[in-house]
Amino acid sequence: MAKTHVTMKVNGAEVEGLVEPRTLLVHFIRENLQMTGTHIGCETTHCGACTVDIDGMSVKSCTMFAVQAQGSDITTVEGMANADGTLSALQEGFRMMHGLQCGFCTPGMIVRAHRLLKENPSPSEQEIRMGISGNICRCTGYQNIVKAIQYAAAKINGVEFREAAE
Amino acid sequence: MNDLTPTREQRTAALEGMGCKRKRVEDIRFTQGKGNYVDDVKLPGMLHGDFVRSPHPHARVKKIDDSAALKVPGVLAVITAETLKTVNLAWMPTLAGDVQMVLADGKVLFQNQEVAFVVATDRYAADDGINAVIVEYEPLPPLVDPFKSMDKDAPVLREDLVGKTTGAHGPRKHDNHIFEWTVGDKELTDAAFNKAEVKIKEMISYHRTHPSPLETCQCVCSFDKIKGELTIYGTFQAPHVIRTVVALIAKLPEQKIHVIAPDIGGGFGNKVGAYPGYICAAVASIVTGKPVKWVEDRIENLTATSFARDYHMTTEIAATKDGKVTGLRVHVLADHGAFDACADPSKWPAGFFNIVTGSYDFPTAHLAVDGVYTNKAPGGVAYRCSFRVTEAAYCIERAMDILAQKLNMDPAELRLKNFIKPEQFPYHSALGWEYDSGDYHTAMRKMMETTGYAALRKEQAEKRAAFARGETREIMGLGVSFFTEIVGAGPSKNCDILGIAMFDSCEIRMHPTGAGIARMGTKSQGQGHETTWAQIIATEIGIPADNIMVEEGNTDTAPYGLGTYGSRSTPVAGAAIAMAARKIKAKAQMIAAYKLEVHEDDLEFDIDGFRVKGLPEKFMSMKDICWAAYNSVPPGMEPGLEAVSYYDPPNMTYPFGAYLCVMDIDVDTGVYKVRRFYALDDCGTRINPMIIEGQVHGGLTEAFAIAMGQEIRYDDVGNVVTGSFMDFFMPTAVETPHWETDFTVTPSPHHPIGAKGVGESPNVGGVPAFSNAVNDAFSFLGSTHIQMPHDFWRNWKAAKDLGAVA
Amino acid sequence: MIPGSFSYHRPASVADAVKLLSDLGEDARPLAGGHSLVPMMKLRLATPAHLIDLHGIAALKGIRRDGQNLVIGAMTTQHELLASDDVARSMPILHEAALLIADPQVRYRGTIGGNVANGDPGNDMPALMMTLGATYRLEGPGGSRDVAATDFYQGAYFTALEPGEILTSVSVPVPAAGHGYAYEKLKRKVGDYATAAAAVVLTMAGGKVATCSIGLTNVHETPLLAADAAKAVIGTSLDAATLKKVAAAAEAIMAPAADARGPVEYRKHVGGVMVTRALQRAASVAK
Repeated sequence: MAKTHVTMKVNGAEVEGLVEPRTLLVHFIRENLQMTGTHIGCETTHCGACTVDIDGMSVKSCTMFAVQAQGSDITTVEGMANADGTLSALQEGFRMMHGLQCGFCTPGMIVRAHRLLKENPSPSEQEIRMGISGNICRCTGYQNIVKAIQYAAAKINGVEFREAAE
Repeated sequence: MNDLTPTREQRTAALEGMGCKRKRVEDIRFTQGKGNYVDDVKLPGMLHGDFVRSPHPHARVKKIDDSAALKVPGVLAVITAETLKTVNLAWMPTLAGDVQMVLADGKVLFQNQEVAFVVATDRYAADDGINAVIVEYEPLPPLVDPFKSMDKDAPVLREDLVGKTTGAHGPRKHDNHIFEWTVGDKELTDAAFNKAEVKIKEMISYHRTHPSPLETCQCVCSFDKIKGELTIYGTFQAPHVIRTVVALIAKLPEQKIHVIAPDIGGGFGNKVGAYPGYICAAVASIVTGKPVKWVEDRIENLTATSFARDYHMTTEIAATKDGKVTGLRVHVLADHGAFDACADPSKWPAGFFNIVTGSYDFPTAHLAVDGVYTNKAPGGVAYRCSFRVTEAAYCIERAMDILAQKLNMDPAELRLKNFIKPEQFPYHSALGWEYDSGDYHTAMRKMMETTGYAALRKEQAEKRAAFARGETREIMGLGVSFFTEIVGAGPSKNCDILGIAMFDSCEIRMHPTGAGIARMGTKSQGQGHETTWAQIIATEIGIPADNIMVEEGNTDTAPYGLGTYGSRSTPVAGAAIAMAARKIKAKAQMIAAYKLEVHEDDLEFDIDGFRVKGLPEKFMSMKDICWAAYNSVPPGMEPGLEAVSYYDPPNMTYPFGAYLCVMDIDVDTGVYKVRRFYALDDCGTRINPMIIEGQVHGGLTEAFAIAMGQEIRYDDVGNVVTGSFMDFFMPTAVETPHWETDFTVTPSPHHPIGAKGVGESPNVGGVPAFSNAVNDAFSFLGSTHIQMPHDFWRNWKAAKDLGAVA
Repeated sequence: MIPGSFSYHRPASVADAVKLLSDLGEDARPLAGGHSLVPMMKLRLATPAHLIDLHGIAALKGIRRDGQNLVIGAMTTQHELLASDDVARSMPILHEAALLIADPQVRYRGTIGGNVANGDPGNDMPALMMTLGATYRLEGPGGSRDVAATDFYQGAYFTALEPGEILTSVSVPVPAAGHGYAYEKLKRKVGDYATAAAAVVLTMAGGKVATCSIGLTNVHETPLLAADAAKAVIGTSLDAATLKKVAAAAEAIMAPAADARGPVEYRKHVGGVMVTRALQRAASVAK
């Protein structure tokens, strides 16, 4: 099958590549761009490990073709840290609140949570749980992920983070 | 001392040692997408392999036509059983003493069994290739129901075993029979039942499920023809065992096999065993001379590589009228699928299921387990479980509730009445274990007080009355569970894998500047070993945890270890760390004595260095001792500061816990709500409370999933119907309950730091708590036992069968 | 799980898309959000030789008022529906139902056109569209035509769409001010299709139901309009006896498949329960 030339912006940098039309975006990112932070967990659009941010939307990159991302602006987990290389509020929140264990779902979780907080800077616990319901975690039971996102929201909003009483 | 001199508290805190909620070092890379998982490994010229799989659960393979596949652009080879026979690898040994087809050899025995391995330049071409292979099958009658496996007219599954009357674990009663395993005193137990005042009997099933870590099983095999060396990157919970297995079955010299387990995206028992994908990728690399990657997809993971449970436990308890248990009798029918691929220690065909007497003082017990073949995927592995302990805990905890119901006693009271008493430890159970330590009454009472158990029972009584009056359609259940685990396999006297004793190991090297590296035989899959192992060393030798790098998963550099599963890392490797650290400390003491010009015995260890007793200003820090170890050791002493320990545990450890689940069920839809879940765990000494809490949350979530719907289900003709995350219940943040955690601390007396292990406790204790809650909710309508999983429709069906729904 | 090869087309206009579809014939499939089609392609249960990606057609986007109707472009995503104040204000049931579809990521990509045109009995929007009395605009080589949602569904994955046609918009009459509404969906977890779901739109007058429409999701090979059930509540105050009768009338037209969500008997029973609950909740929010 003839290959198609695609260009897009990934984590602020212009990138290009030759792909088959059937090349899944997640494979383009992982194989062509060699950014392996974006993971593949289920391949049927259930687990969210492959979540990337495309033009302001959280998207499961295993269910989109690379050719469809032509011209778009993509952020992956590799683009989540602060400009100076320090951990972003979300990354820090995941570490401080023990919001990850094996780390496999974490990139998708963080990318998804990033968009969630952009759209809703002070979400309730229920809104966070709904907001990350397209991402499966097998290790944490989600409770500390919720706390991690609350921690990040507080930090971004410049307010003190208080853990809810058990 | 001036104001800048750190206090003892500050010095202790600076170490970030045991007991501290140290933040994880792993998280720096994981939160930035810089983990290094197997599928991230990309070697020059790497090829990809993918499987052609059987659509039939039982069929004869008449013909495999690969001619079209070999014409697909990018496809280089199609490997079949015939190819593997040339290197004597068409079959492989399982950890359970059985053999397993690597690729279908004349016959397929379960749906999605591996039939051919297509090797291509990339994963797209490989997928095109598998779709072009044409396989001709002659379907055979499938055997799905394990209760029919030993019927006279049952189809014979394993033609390779026909006529063999003895298997790896003794006599076989039928061509589809694998083993019978019995423990306990049958006569004494029968006698107890003959004179029992009260008896219960129930067939309690623990359905087939699957560990399904978010990262599937995968590997990259790279054979260097010139050096004759094979390097395998893989999702291995036990890398050294894989190396030895490969050496034994591929007849390669073990020093020429390099096994590397990089970051692993969850294991839960799925990544202990050896799977056909590993063998095929290795053979493909040897054949092509290029690295070959194999990555399982989710459907393959759920339907082919391992399963867990599938135990059908006919359980009887004998008791007195006032609720004292006098005997336990259990018969298990174990469905192993097409091959017995259990990942248990060799001598334990049913794992440690003989922990089934649980937390209770049974004077006598008898257990028999029959393993049988069916046309299902092979297994079963220990899904977040120490070898069939989850099944055993579910069995006894459900049975105790059934007995309580029969006696009209509160289930918590019945348990309190029968607990092993603190003064009975070390306790010898009727089925042969020696429990190390426990204080069950304290844990149970703490649970009851903290949750307001009595008030909840009162509320339940009121709700039942309201239900009877037709004022509500909701029923309320309280699920009590009190589990005792057996973990830390294990003592060489009774535990081995393929003949290798189940010790574990640690090697510590201290560098001149007061930093060091610890290398381990274990392999974290999310447990945070890089963080917690350093904490043990920090406390033991007084070097900050931040200065200790922990390395696992490379068989060239790590000392031999048996790996991470069965909650064995802390009980076994954790002890090895402490013992290695103590060797370091002993040498450090000699160096400090020499430098401080005193006798060793005049020194005492003080947080982060040695101090001369009675002369507090004469102190040498461990940091300085490290430096001295490389330039001014006592005459006659070798320089350097290193130690290695191989720890053979004297006994298992026995964590325990008291859980309570409060659940409301809408009888009209079967929809349940977990109103509250409280988990008290006693895992002995606590190394990192933050990580323990995380382990408990995760284990409870897996328990919730299993109890409430997570099932590998086959239809009547052997098709697996739960092959994706649509139908295999994988709860999201929305369904998952909120968890309350608590603890007591009863150290293990035989463990160097008193730790017992915790990773699997919440799964072991959680499942019976959920199931008991459902059963407790329905009990007032007249039911005694409702089988798992308790998904919505089954709850509704229970309500309907009990007359609560028109 | 890798899709087979195909040629990719990204037309910029509806006319171009229609031309491609009719020229390429049965080997071509239109691609909207892709959350049904792409997984099927990865399983190689769908192997189109050509994919016509509709994302390049600006005319298929957006929500606008047209008199008493909301006209929603086929490529409008669930996320955009949820973000629309007009939808939230004038057609809150659409907002409520969109929030119950799949998960957040899928809602950013999943479109109303894909949801209604695919003919998947598990999709939520079709029954809702029938309940609201929507019509679909179909454009094909022979021009455009409007088909009522109630006439569109002929079987599982089998609709009134003719070869070469695409669904370009849905036109939904805005329900009367003060109407009551509810979409009750029973599902096992986020991301699952309904075990059974019921949409209700009604108006109340003097404590009694004045008008009512009931739609049913995933209890038959097509979405259903429960006309007899809806008729049975008119003039009632939704007393227990009526609700029982209505649930029975709704169950009478259900024919769900037995699957991992439960046996037929269960799915019909909870279908009735969903109808009852949707009616009660709709009545409680009606003004």
